[in-house]
Amino acid sequence: MTDPQTRYRAPFAPGGPAAIDARLAGRLLEVALSKGGDYADLFYEYHVTSSYAYDEGILKAAGRAVAMGLGVRVMKGDATGYAYVEDLSMEAMERAARTAAQIAAGGGAAPMALASRELPQRYPVELLSLDIPGETKRELLERADLAARAEDPRIVRVDASLNEEIREILIATSDGKMVHDRQPLIRFGVRAIAEHEGKRQSGSSGGGGRMGLEYFEKRSPEWHAKEAVRQAVAMLDAREAPAGELPVVLAPGDSGILLHEAVGHGLEADFNRKKTSNYSDQIGERVASELCTVVDDATLSSSRGSINVDDEGNEPRSAVLIENGVLRGYMQDRHSAGFFSTSPTGNGRRESFKSHPMPRMTNTMLLAGEDDPEDIVRSVERGVYAKKFGGGQVDISNGDFVFSLTEGYLIENGKITAPLKGVNLIGNGPDVMRKVVMLGHDLQTSDGIWTCGKDGQSVPVGVGCPTVKISAVTVGGTEIAKG
Amino acid sequence: MTNETIDSLVALAAQVVESARNRGADVAEATARQGSHLSTKVRLREPELVEEAGSRSVGVRVMIGQQVAVSYTSDLTKDGVERLVEDALELARLSQPDPYAGPPDPSLLSKPEQHPDLAMFDPEMGALGAGDALARAREGEEAAFAFDERIVNSEGASFTRAAGASAIVTSGGFSGGYEGSYASIVVRPVVNDAGGKKRSGFHWSAKRHLADLDSPKAVGEEAARRTLRKLGATKVATQECAVVFDPDAGRSILDLFSGCVMGGAIWRRSSYLVDREGTKVASDLVSIVDDPLIPKAPGSRPFDGEGLLARRNVVVDRGVLKTYLMDSYSARKLDKESTGNASRGSSGGVGASTTNFILQPGERTAEELLESTESGLYVTEMMGFGFNPVTGDFSRGAAGFWIEKGELAFPVSEVTISLNLDDLLQRIDAVADDLDLRTSTATPTFRVSRMTLAGK
Repeated sequence: MTDPQTRYRAPFAPGGPAAIDARLAGRLLEVALSKGGDYADLFYEYHVTSSYAYDEGILKAAGRAVAMGLGVRVMKGDATGYAYVEDLSMEAMERAARTAAQIAAGGGAAPMALASRELPQRYPVELLSLDIPGETKRELLERADLAARAEDPRIVRVDASLNEEIREILIATSDGKMVHDRQPLIRFGVRAIAEHEGKRQSGSSGGGGRMGLEYFEKRSPEWHAKEAVRQAVAMLDAREAPAGELPVVLAPGDSGILLHEAVGHGLEADFNRKKTSNYSDQIGERVASELCTVVDDATLSSSRGSINVDDEGNEPRSAVLIENGVLRGYMQDRHSAGFFSTSPTGNGRRESFKSHPMPRMTNTMLLAGEDDPEDIVRSVERGVYAKKFGGGQVDISNGDFVFSLTEGYLIENGKITAPLKGVNLIGNGPDVMRKVVMLGHDLQTSDGIWTCGKDGQSVPVGVGCPTVKISAVTVGGTEIAKG
Repeated sequence: MTNETIDSLVALAAQVVESARNRGADVAEATARQGSHLSTKVRLREPELVEEAGSRSVGVRVMIGQQVAVSYTSDLTKDGVERLVEDALELARLSQPDPYAGPPDPSLLSKPEQHPDLAMFDPEMGALGAGDALARAREGEEAAFAFDERIVNSEGASFTRAAGASAIVTSGGFSGGYEGSYASIVVRPVVNDAGGKKRSGFHWSAKRHLADLDSPKAVGEEAARRTLRKLGATKVATQECAVVFDPDAGRSILDLFSGCVMGGAIWRRSSYLVDREGTKVASDLVSIVDDPLIPKAPGSRPFDGEGLLARRNVVVDRGVLKTYLMDSYSARKLDKESTGNASRGSSGGVGASTTNFILQPGERTAEELLESTESGLYVTEMMGFGFNPVTGDFSRGAAGFWIEKGELAFPVSEVTISLNLDDLLQRIDAVADDLDLRTSTATPTFRVSRMTLAGK
């Protein structure tokens, strides 16, 4: 990797002022395994974030945070010992290794010699957003603010924000891997509030990815501003949503959040290792309509969910989870892969050095079908067109999931008609996936806004899907149909 | 209270304030924190995780004139702390003057001798070791297994102890700190249901003092009970019906309301409660109090994030909205006084937050409330984020039990309940007495006379 000119370099990185080399890491791994652990790894992380909040026509708040530390993990059978430390002196690091080592009592292995590996470059860091003068970013926010206010006289408030970060990691494992990665991330968002005749509604738009300010060449601040205004104004006329089971058509892109909840989490291998998921022991079985092929793909260029290497030092690839409706595989971390006697799929991710890795999604997508999106809408007599989402949640054990619609429309006689007040949709994962009856040819990936939470750990993810028709989902509105 | 910990945090924060002032900040306010914890988890009777760590950090807010910025670091080396201050000043120069920015009026700042001891720290807890913690977790899981032979699987049982301390020092003359601790145990059994479905449930106890914690056996048995009763859960038909919220589900309703009474949501016009002070926002049975002064409670604190003395605020009195909750910034924006609800994040930023935000208990028991319900949904869990604070529109996934003639007839899942929050609170027609302060936002069981349930 070339050494970019930046103010933001991890001191522990190769060439850094306190570089951790193979000899030092090897010594710490020896300490970590000294009580008899089977396996140990070191996870060094340097994480700098900056945030800029533009509100009431000024850059009102700006902030920066620097966090750095080492997490030491020791495994013995199914048990994990974990310790972390922010002080990277040799003494403190050794203490953490000794603390984590305590999980084991007897037996064990010695660490293998460490060999550094080169990684693919899915998000080359030319110029970090963090290294660009703040005035440039302030101007981007100001442009969004002005554009939103100019767009419609009913807009009474606008706020815009930009978050930028660099996460630099160095991983050394007792099975001999040593890898280093730099993961940039930016996220831009605009929110607008419209008021008219006593009604008030908000709209928002955002995006980003593992890149720098070149993001704005693809999507301008003005584009997001107009999109937020469009949504806020459209929702001013929103009427009560229907209640009960109805056909639902999902717009392409962000609707992938439905996949993420309906099947994604249930296919994370830890739940299946523990047999606490409704997808346990279902490999080779039909779990969705045969139109459905679902992949988790960490290799997309510069996508929010992409990674060159996971947080255990394993390289991810594009993995088919469901192929033509049949369950093909789970997303594995090192621990679950050992249990299933398979290879890790590079899905072992963690929020920070303070947390141990778990199987997590990267970019999860439902691949395109062959239907024309307009035909899909035309096929619905009465139903809901789901356009924008506020997020979702799933109960892994029984597959029940929800996702909340922030922009939806009624479909009447094959046409998209009135906007609907925000509602929750609820379904059961395997049930809803079997009810996928039409699939558009218009696959889109989400612009980078999604963050996934599991066991208190947040990681950035991507989702994607084409236009999808589900024959029946429970729509949680307030209008009960007559008759 | 071991004041060495507080003293060292005060010293660190004071050093940052001084350094920021020396480099040109007109106002500097620093918060220094440290925390340590031991987390253990047992699954199927075997240890699954032992995690032990400590951390320390400092955050600062600076103002140059009325230009504001914040900065945070966990790198407490000399260079790290210098970088913290430089970053904050660089960003403050980039920010634009905000006419409402500023520290609180110095005359409002509290003095250390005014700060009540709220018994939030258990000095004995830190001595509890990993072996003891694992044994407690194991005992909880074992109690669930022993309770009923259908409990054959588990997401595990965890025992955690944690302690933390924080201090705030401001260039306006405030200096103070406090310590807190908590211990918690959670047990998560899993049972097999028909059609390959599993049902998972849990129960937990959390207290600031170890001796107050429920026994692992009691927690495990209650977790088993709560999991087993979900077996055979089914959808019900779409209809309008009464909805009873148990304290776990009720808390999330109150959480939504708390977000809408924050001063920041009001001046941003992002709340359905804009211009509603002094008006009826709930039924006569509803009184809601924000009280930071309850000894041993999870959300207690002796002073707020700007150094104002913590105080009890009646937010809703018999259905009437009495006040929004504000820090000094949102108070200035609304032309009011701070209610002492400033909260300073570890990042250094300041905003308003609730402390112990409580729906006041009524007079009848939860059992009596259920018995008086002819039919409806008893909600024990909610899912999803279906709430629009700007309009109050509420629609969420729900699970629980169908009530028939005052009794829980059968378990229900995969339905949604919907109603605008304004109407929901107005339609509360019964509040029980079973308040439990396990969480900082808390409600007893309560009933809403009519909501829309969407099912099959």
